[in-house]
Amino acid sequence: MELIELIKKPWPWYVAGPLIGLTVPTLLLIGNKSFGISSSLRHICAACFPANISFFKYDWKKEVWNLFFVAGVLIGGFLATQFLENPNQIVISEKTIAALQELGIRDFAGLMPADLFALENVVSLKGFIFFVFGGFLVGFGTRWAGGCTSGHAIMGLSTLQLPSLIATCCFMVGGFVMVQVLLPFIFKLF
Amino acid sequence: MATNQTNSNTVSFPEHLVCDAPNDMVKRESTLGNLKYLVVGVMFGIVFVKAEIISWFRIQEMFRLHSFHMYGVIGSAVVVGMISVFLIKKFNIKTLSGETVQFHPKKFMRGQIYGGLLFGLGWGITGACPGPLFAQIGSGYVAVIVTLLSAIAGTWTYGLLKDRLPN
Repeated sequence: MELIELIKKPWPWYVAGPLIGLTVPTLLLIGNKSFGISSSLRHICAACFPANISFFKYDWKKEVWNLFFVAGVLIGGFLATQFLENPNQIVISEKTIAALQELGIRDFAGLMPADLFALENVVSLKGFIFFVFGGFLVGFGTRWAGGCTSGHAIMGLSTLQLPSLIATCCFMVGGFVMVQVLLPFIFKLF
Repeated sequence: MATNQTNSNTVSFPEHLVCDAPNDMVKRESTLGNLKYLVVGVMFGIVFVKAEIISWFRIQEMFRLHSFHMYGVIGSAVVVGMISVFLIKKFNIKTLSGETVQFHPKKFMRGQIYGGLLFGLGWGITGACPGPLFAQIGSGYVAVIVTLLSAIAGTWTYGLLKDRLPN
């Protein structure tokens, strides 16, 4: 019983990071697969709406493992939340809480603030910015960059690829600019 | 790096078919065989939730430099990945079905800068890269389905405009 209590607590970085790193050799050795998650979005396009665009005309069925993988990630998210949920409130830095309170965030109970991620926000300006606009940037940007945090930052850096280092630095710069410079303006809209 | 590619039988795809997470297994796998990847995905999703990597708050902390957590996660993942790749190359470890593990040297393209910056902006808003999007939906944040659909639309739009963008 003690083990399950331990598992329910938030996992420290030195447990989670190495486990994520092990995904690289696991996928390589069980099936010669290079780790990368944003490709799944491309395969979904290729499978559902190829629209005669050459970028989506390839044998997506050969890459279907990637869709199995992301389906697993979704199921894993469900299982962890249903059965291994942390009974306590998430602990984040006091400084971050103060900064977010200043922006108008009030709910610090779960993994995501209800102020933003409540379902009723979907049809509002907030929803448009945080879901539609943000999601579009994620999909468009990762494909233009040829990968995301997994494909570039983890798989690319693991194989010592300079282009992946450049891409990873750009991901970070974009994130810093959004959080430190643009978010205060965005929050003024609400 | 690009020079120590020892495998002569690297499959080369036409440029527009290059995939960043390719399947290099020669043998076709059945649906049952593909369930392996679902299981690995489940493990991965559990780690995402338990280490709070899917949390919008954790991403805010990271980009405000208020916590080491995310840097520790990504940094240690990269170190473990690097050591694993080094060992696979050094000892020429084969896959379960006996194939040589394939690595793909990436070419520098301007898209890695432009696209990388755009993705970073999106990461800062949504608090999610593509992997955590799936785990957030699984965790019950139903609204994130909109984010995922929009990310798919973004990917599709990139495919549409690809030839008109600097790549």
